[in-house]
Amino acid sequence: MAEGLVGTSRRSLTLAHVLLILGCVIVAFPIYYVTVASTHSLRTILNPPLPMLPGPETIENYREAVSGGINRIGGVGVDRLLLNTTIVALGIAFGKIVISMASAYAIVFFRFPLRMVCFWLIFITLMLPVEVRILPTYKVMVDLGLIDTYAGLILPLIASATATLLFRQFFMTIPNELFEAARVDGAGPWRFFKDILLPLSATNIAALFVILFIYGWTQYLWPLLVTNSNSMNTIVIALRKMISFADADTPWDLVMVTCVLAILPPVLIVVLMQRWFVKGLVETEK
Amino acid sequence: MNRATFPHFWLPLLLIAPQLAISAIFFYWPAVQALYQSVLREDPFGLRSTFVGLANFRNVLADPAYLNAAQVTVVFSLLTAGFSMAIALLLAVQAEKVVRGRGFYRTLMIWPYAVAPAIAGMLWLFMFNPSFGTLAAIPRALGIRWDPLLNSSQAMGLVVAAASWKQISYNFLFFVAGLQAIPKSLIEASAIDGAGPVRRFWTIVFPLLAPTTFFLLVVNTVYALFDTFGIIHAVTSGGPGKSTETLVYKVYNDGFVNLLLGSSAAQSVMLMVLVICLTAFQFKYIERKVHYG
Repeated sequence: MAEGLVGTSRRSLTLAHVLLILGCVIVAFPIYYVTVASTHSLRTILNPPLPMLPGPETIENYREAVSGGINRIGGVGVDRLLLNTTIVALGIAFGKIVISMASAYAIVFFRFPLRMVCFWLIFITLMLPVEVRILPTYKVMVDLGLIDTYAGLILPLIASATATLLFRQFFMTIPNELFEAARVDGAGPWRFFKDILLPLSATNIAALFVILFIYGWTQYLWPLLVTNSNSMNTIVIALRKMISFADADTPWDLVMVTCVLAILPPVLIVVLMQRWFVKGLVETEK
Repeated sequence: MNRATFPHFWLPLLLIAPQLAISAIFFYWPAVQALYQSVLREDPFGLRSTFVGLANFRNVLADPAYLNAAQVTVVFSLLTAGFSMAIALLLAVQAEKVVRGRGFYRTLMIWPYAVAPAIAGMLWLFMFNPSFGTLAAIPRALGIRWDPLLNSSQAMGLVVAAASWKQISYNFLFFVAGLQAIPKSLIEASAIDGAGPVRRFWTIVFPLLAPTTFFLLVVNTVYALFDTFGIIHAVTSGGPGKSTETLVYKVYNDGFVNLLLGSSAAQSVMLMVLVICLTAFQFKYIERKVHYG
């Protein structure tokens, strides 16, 4: 639209492209770097500079990593790490959506004693992130025997106010007429939810799902606290263990492969579900 | 609006019960415990505890290590929020200008969002690793003795770079949304009055972007305070010395590694107060935004 009144001059447009390309290079470079590193032999990695194009060891490295290489460094196979992380990420995403929809449904479409008190109790949890109550929460986990369990990794992270607030906000925009029409037709709470509310919420659910999956996949402090056994680690925690025990023998090529495997699934989700992701991000925060 | 509702009594209680139960067990009970422990002094084995009033708080606030952590946190947060917001704004403004390739740029720009903070830290550590990082050659070429794991300001530089990098995507998307909401007619009006592009940006666009900027300022502060724990823990472990030990890292370290329960609890309570202030600030501001439309 260079012809417009406030149109961008040709020079300024070129400058914009140059800056954007530069920005993209900086933003994408760290991920590209580790991906390239994962395709080179250990010897190449340890002799900088790293070639900027993928190397010949791709298949070799990945085959070794998957077939026991990572097991030798971290004491647990990469398949188990990816499985753990997927279970945690999906568990948090589904769990959060289910319980926050249920409570938002109760708050908006029913009247019951202490309704507003319940709402505030949920709302205030916004102000109590894990980071400010690390030790006592850990003690609760020990008392309940939830250390090294999937429940321990998932449950404490599925109650947060943001998703509930989002659904409450959305449910309140459903016109009364729609609700009453459904009631006249004899719909009960379950029927109304299943046939009317759920289909209307589909976009919101998809958007929230992307955000929550990323949130679950990238958790750090919580898995660090509640997993002692290597076999319950998420891939992020396992990676950190590999690096903190690094010495002259660390097979950096396999560490790079693990790094790529830890980054790839959430990046793919964000890129492929970009539309939902942007919507979810911009709307959950407002 | 008076909402029509279902007449059920038990059903809603049943629906809201799971979230309340989880909140009570994993949020309220631990928070109350933190409050309770912050006024007790306990021996490290948890055998005996005595009520000491506010002594833990006094000790924490008089502790040079705590004040150091507070200072580190302020420096780290300001640098992280400053860099990531400035870069994101610059790129968002450029993205508004171009028509062709906008979607392509956005696709590349959102990658870091999906990377865990701890891994973001590791990526930067790989690139700038003094022994095998390719980019370590850059500071060396500038004549710097590069060793981010032994030099405190280099360590701070590395964690700030990783933390800002990770947050650029988020800020970029919000700035783009903010820019798109600015009416083009205002910009054209100022162009008719003879304002050049730079002047238009600072007198029209930037002020109108203020709500987005304030919102991002709060979000980025919260991010730098809490979500960056993984970066610090994975890259520097608070070191070298205590030069990258933030408040959250110190709560973790004092509670889990040093087993100073009372002190850790008192620090938790102070962080809680901080979060409450930040959240209140954020909601107050959001309310204002709703008012102005």
